[in-house]
Amino acid sequence: MTNRVLTLQINGQEVSGREDETILEVAREHDIHIPTLCQLEGLSSIGACRLCLVEVANVPKLLTACITPIQEGMEVHTESERLNHYRRLVIEMLFSEGNHICSVCVSNGHCELQNMAQLLGVDHVHLPYRNPQRRVDASHDRFIFDPNRCILCTRCVRVCDEVEGAHTWDLKARGIQSQVMTDLNQPWGDSTSCTSCGKCVHLCPTGALFEKGKSVAEMSKRREFLPYLTIMRGKHR
Amino acid sequence: MTQQILIDPVTRIEGHARITLQLDDSGQVADAQFHVTQLRGFEKFCEGRPFTEMPSLMARICGICPVSHLMASAKACDALLAVKIPAVAVKLRRIMNLAQIAQSHALSFFYLSAPDLLLGMDEDPAKRNVFGVHEVEPTLARDGIKLRQTGQQIIELLGGKRIHPAWVVPGGVSEPLNAAKRDQIKAMLPEALTIAQRTLDWFQTVIDRYTEEISAFANFPTLFMGLVNPSGGLELYDGQLRITDPAGVPITDDFDPQDYARYLAEAAESYSYLKSPYYKPLGYPDGLYRVGPLARLNIISHCGTPLADQAFAAFRQLDRQSSFHYHFARLVEILYCLESIDRLLDEPDILSEHVRAHAIPNNNEGIGVSEAPRGTLIHHYQIDSNGLMTSARLMIATGHNNLAMNRGVLQVARRFVQADHLSEGMLNRVEAVIRTFDPCLSCSTHALGQMPLHIKLLAPDGHLLDEVRR
Repeated sequence: MTNRVLTLQINGQEVSGREDETILEVAREHDIHIPTLCQLEGLSSIGACRLCLVEVANVPKLLTACITPIQEGMEVHTESERLNHYRRLVIEMLFSEGNHICSVCVSNGHCELQNMAQLLGVDHVHLPYRNPQRRVDASHDRFIFDPNRCILCTRCVRVCDEVEGAHTWDLKARGIQSQVMTDLNQPWGDSTSCTSCGKCVHLCPTGALFEKGKSVAEMSKRREFLPYLTIMRGKHR
Repeated sequence: MTQQILIDPVTRIEGHARITLQLDDSGQVADAQFHVTQLRGFEKFCEGRPFTEMPSLMARICGICPVSHLMASAKACDALLAVKIPAVAVKLRRIMNLAQIAQSHALSFFYLSAPDLLLGMDEDPAKRNVFGVHEVEPTLARDGIKLRQTGQQIIELLGGKRIHPAWVVPGGVSEPLNAAKRDQIKAMLPEALTIAQRTLDWFQTVIDRYTEEISAFANFPTLFMGLVNPSGGLELYDGQLRITDPAGVPITDDFDPQDYARYLAEAAESYSYLKSPYYKPLGYPDGLYRVGPLARLNIISHCGTPLADQAFAAFRQLDRQSSFHYHFARLVEILYCLESIDRLLDEPDILSEHVRAHAIPNNNEGIGVSEAPRGTLIHHYQIDSNGLMTSARLMIATGHNNLAMNRGVLQVARRFVQADHLSEGMLNRVEAVIRTFDPCLSCSTHALGQMPLHIKLLAPDGHLLDEVRR
């Protein structure tokens, strides 16, 4: 693997990074904040949530910073009215797509979606709510999956596959019908692959995955294990 | 020609309602109906949710009395867990419940009813509000705000926020009390007690102006129901349910609230979203009963705190059938709540950190009963083997009073409303009888399903002219 260093501009600032790095990684190394929801250091990046969209000079479409490698001489802009508009729209679509009722949610006050909405100034949802009817899966002894609060970031799918090695979680169906599922769409409690390690629960950005017995606003997540495991495996991405 | 008088909306109550008065040929009130015009649907949409969400979810039923729903819901959840919660958790929950009742009573008395009581039932409606009260009697208005603030601040100190605190959880409470907060609460109580006593003294000087209202404001014999403690005294959180005759004599042995369904049932009327509970052995609608401050004081032998017991002795001199005296009863209970909070804060273990019992659900059915400001509140849950709600039944304090409110409206309308020279004050009295019950309609309508709509157009001779069904 080459270690060639490239130079580029982010928001007019001259920065440099290794050529195998993404725009997001280089931005973070230089304390430039780009909002993300699906991305987590230690998991593969997939560009699913679209919050990290950035503008690149001479590229007509917006690019996701988490999966776009840097290039020599690139001019990246991470803040603009257009980007803010799209980011807010992404959050609004997430809210309108599921059933996100912060006031009665176990993750109220500890939720990445809620925090992101506040950060981006989303004070209204201008789209009609879909109010889907989705059944809560409480069949597991220790954990509950509430698909009403799932934003399909697939952190659970990735950590279960890439870190725990169980691959209990995966996606089913397509488009607006997509949901995460356990094993072959069986109740979580019946899963033969799940090791009950709880990694998915603690990486879930919302209250979609939580510990049984937790009441409203009581579910704060502990994510320290992921950087630890990543370093210990010597697989720093 | 028969005529209808419509009072829409009923003002200075919590929630939405209207009243229809039906007149006969001679212009006299023939019938009256109290319509609750909103539907909340909590019984339905909590189905499929984890039961651990229930206290906070049910608290959202109401912004005035979220704590009351927290209590009943948490108790129902304790029953699902089948745990005995730590003694100090009971005391802390009690303190919050007492603060809630004090602040809600203050709202009812000072904000909603004081305009009628101070300015008179016939005052100009533009002035008949809390601002009008402030113009005439600034101390009274300020006292009301201060008293309500005290209750709300106690709730905030315990639960982190004054409306919808998430602190009451299945198995107890989520955080213990600390010494600083205890001292802060204790420091607020003397002024609040002075206000409560001052208000009671004032009210006793004006009550004689309302002899006519006292005689006609839902003044009829009914059963009374409420919780009592083992010594037959006032109880707002635990205890046994007691049902008495109009004279306050129990008509059946006090019973465990878990057995409520043996004694109580609900009927539905097509003109209202609010169900009408009744005492089963007497059937519907004869099994009419009242709950709330008036009922609670009618069924007990004593309150159990010095100032409240003094006031209780004065209350006992009043006509115990008149719903007008809900107001007086509320003031007695405010004294009781403040004194009881003070007493509980002095308990040696009140700062104990063991405030929560942990368990997985061990029962698939749980019933939680406590006293809300407006009366007995019943939450009855069923869950599946995974802890997801399969059914919820809510019997709300206001609902218990529905039959009595309807009958009270008719009684007041017959006494005061003359269709040939209708005045605003007459109609205000019809609303004021509702206000004595301090109904919280937004709390009380939860069942979802086929709400039958059936409209009949009747000629004066009772002949059916037209009919619509849905």
